[in-house]
Amino acid sequence: MSRLAVPKTYKLYIGGAFPRSESGRTYEVVAADGSFLANAAKASRKDARDAVVAARAGVSGWAGATAYNRGQVLYRIAEVLEGRRAQFVAEIEESEGVSRAVATAQVDEAIDRWVWYAGWADKFAQVAGNANPVAGPYFNISVPEPSGVIAIIAPQDSSLVGFVSALAPALVAGNSVVIVASERYPRSAISLAEVLATSDVPKGVVNVLTGSPAEIAPWLASHADVNAIDLVGAGALDWVSLEIDAADTLKRVLRPENGPDAAAPALGRITAFTETKTVWHTKSLR
Amino acid sequence: MSFLDYAPAPESRAILNLRDSYGLFIDGRFVDGRGTPFQTISPSSEERIAMIANANEADIDDAVGAARRAYDRVWSKMSGRDRGKYLFRIARLVQERARELAVAESLDNGKPIKESRDVDVPLVAAWFFYYAGWADKLDHAGLGADPRSLGVAAQVIPWNFPLLMLAWKIAPALAAGNTVVLKPAETTPLTALIFAEILQQADLPPGVVNIVTGAGDTGAALVAHEGVDKVAFTGSTAVGRAIAKQIAGTDKRATLELGGKAANIVFDDAPIDQAIEGIVNGIFFNQGHVCCAGSRLLVQENIHDEVVERLKTRLSTLRLGDPLDKNTDIGAINSREQLDRIRMLSDAGVEEGAERWSAPCEIPENGFWYAPTIFTNVQTSSRIAREEIFGPVLSVLTFRTPQEAIAKANNTPYGLSAGIWTDKGSRILAVADQLRAGVIWANTFNRFDPSSPFGGYKESGYGREGGRHGLAAYLSPAPIGRSAAQITAGRSGAQRPIEAADASAGASASKPKARTRRAGAAKKGAAK
Repeated sequence: MSRLAVPKTYKLYIGGAFPRSESGRTYEVVAADGSFLANAAKASRKDARDAVVAARAGVSGWAGATAYNRGQVLYRIAEVLEGRRAQFVAEIEESEGVSRAVATAQVDEAIDRWVWYAGWADKFAQVAGNANPVAGPYFNISVPEPSGVIAIIAPQDSSLVGFVSALAPALVAGNSVVIVASERYPRSAISLAEVLATSDVPKGVVNVLTGSPAEIAPWLASHADVNAIDLVGAGALDWVSLEIDAADTLKRVLRPENGPDAAAPALGRITAFTETKTVWHTKSLR
Repeated sequence: MSFLDYAPAPESRAILNLRDSYGLFIDGRFVDGRGTPFQTISPSSEERIAMIANANEADIDDAVGAARRAYDRVWSKMSGRDRGKYLFRIARLVQERARELAVAESLDNGKPIKESRDVDVPLVAAWFFYYAGWADKLDHAGLGADPRSLGVAAQVIPWNFPLLMLAWKIAPALAAGNTVVLKPAETTPLTALIFAEILQQADLPPGVVNIVTGAGDTGAALVAHEGVDKVAFTGSTAVGRAIAKQIAGTDKRATLELGGKAANIVFDDAPIDQAIEGIVNGIFFNQGHVCCAGSRLLVQENIHDEVVERLKTRLSTLRLGDPLDKNTDIGAINSREQLDRIRMLSDAGVEEGAERWSAPCEIPENGFWYAPTIFTNVQTSSRIAREEIFGPVLSVLTFRTPQEAIAKANNTPYGLSAGIWTDKGSRILAVADQLRAGVIWANTFNRFDPSSPFGGYKESGYGREGGRHGLAAYLSPAPIGRSAAQITAGRSGAQRPIEAADASAGASASKPKARTRRAGAAKKGAAK
């Protein structure tokens, strides 16, 4: 006798909680064969703004944590994800219509990327920073600091590894993130939010929105309390308009990337969301 | 005659060998511009110095074309060692002609000769000397082995440090292997044109550096030109915003060095004598025409009255007048337009209830002048506490606790620089950590060095100038897969699973859509 399954309600992830969209809207997520999988929350402008507020509140704690601590939390994400591989493999098989082997490879790669970026947390500042030999009696040092609140349009053609590849590097330096998941494959993103919520990632540091990137992205691009926007998954949107909107508050912008190398692991994805601070101090025996 | 009165001690203008008119410097020689020429005047006397050519779009096209040819045929193929040697030559020529450049700068810009002579021009030479050494060491710039130059750099610079900003832009661009089209500010083109003569003396290959003069529309045409790969701009946040919009959707990269409203924070245990000098240097250096000027003085409440009194005493000893006089502390405001803006914002300060005090000094009859001015009783919401005045005007605010100082310092859309004055080292480091600004001076202010990165947070722009970071702004990593030392090389095999996932996802939606702005870049690539 077969058991009747208990399906999950896929909601948003804002400020450490899992609310429905304030708009009450959902949209149908279907499998590769067109069959119904879930009703995902369709985030509104208000949800996006709430997410930015939550992200801003999350910045000081996360940026203020020691780099060692951030590295451990990011590594913890990999650990918890590893323990839930089967769930993610099953979701990807259903959603993308791929073989178990392909889905497994994607999950494994996502876990490995968390590990890779976790290791950077207490090293990138050594590589990206500098002691500067200025011509005078001054101590002078340059260090990278987090830019603040980062909005990300996640790669749209991938359930998990694209989402992780965009999210993880933005967190390394201590930024908070509002990330818009793949419209077609939102389930892995929300399941990952459950992983984040149980991995000691402080609330508000990651906020996940599902729905229409075309609808949500303009509000994030023009939001005055967003410091940078990663358009990596916005290639199919009117991303030029988004970049123009972002210019109003001189946001740092990463342009869309397409294909299998989109958001490939790189130190540059960490430093793209940092600001170099240079401190001068006088030297004197008096 | 008080002890403050000195006999005039003007630096001689005989060292100058100016022409009556200057053309555009394109492809290694001076040519006539096709726009209507304009005159550059001395802001201290309003006398005409020379006629300056005005570049129109056709001239810009010529200049970018020359830069492209020089890039393709000469500069991108030259060894780093030889590029470096050209830059060393330029550094030496600047040193040899330092006095001439300083006099020309003070004449055209209005800044005191002691600043152009002791700060601007020495730093210009230092900048070329520093980046010269990088040219054959790009593998160590932090981008992995074999980083690539970007191509043609369009550089638009302001009038406050005309030659120094030129050096900040040109030196790293050339060291990294790019060629340049640079537009000086309309009111201060003179030293850039003398610099063009230096390039001729250095025998720099034609087209590697092109200098086009003109006003805002010339700069806009340059930035918009589809043959440009990199835009570097220093100037107002409003123009920086417009540039960011203009290049959206293109492959152009940008470094934007924009406005500021820096907090200079003075704690009650600060070394007060140094602090007073630092405050004065912070806001009255170069008549306050400094993007990183310490224009908001945040002073701890219990020492407010003492600090303000001592500031007034100190400001009363500053000598305002002839920029070429070696005793001059405060020179001329660069233009009538800027003077009007300073007056407008100062008046707004008075209207909003702040108390104005100006140093008692004699204002010369001709030229543009503004006496060093302090506003006390300034509210955080006041325009003089929020907007960049870009003049010798200091707004004084108070705080009680370090947390309040930090909150007030960060309460601005800008984030270029900040100052901290206290004898307590741990407090300096803790406060510096929390200030959202790209350059922090502790117990000093307005220090610059070619090895030290400079640039802003938030709406003060992005990218850094100076140091290794300033070099990286003109480079990109070697293409993925080509270089053994590529950061991600060890990971290249790990990409396959995504490829598989991608293929199964069907045709990815409309990649080229909304890329009309990219058409130009694509065409340029094809033409090469």
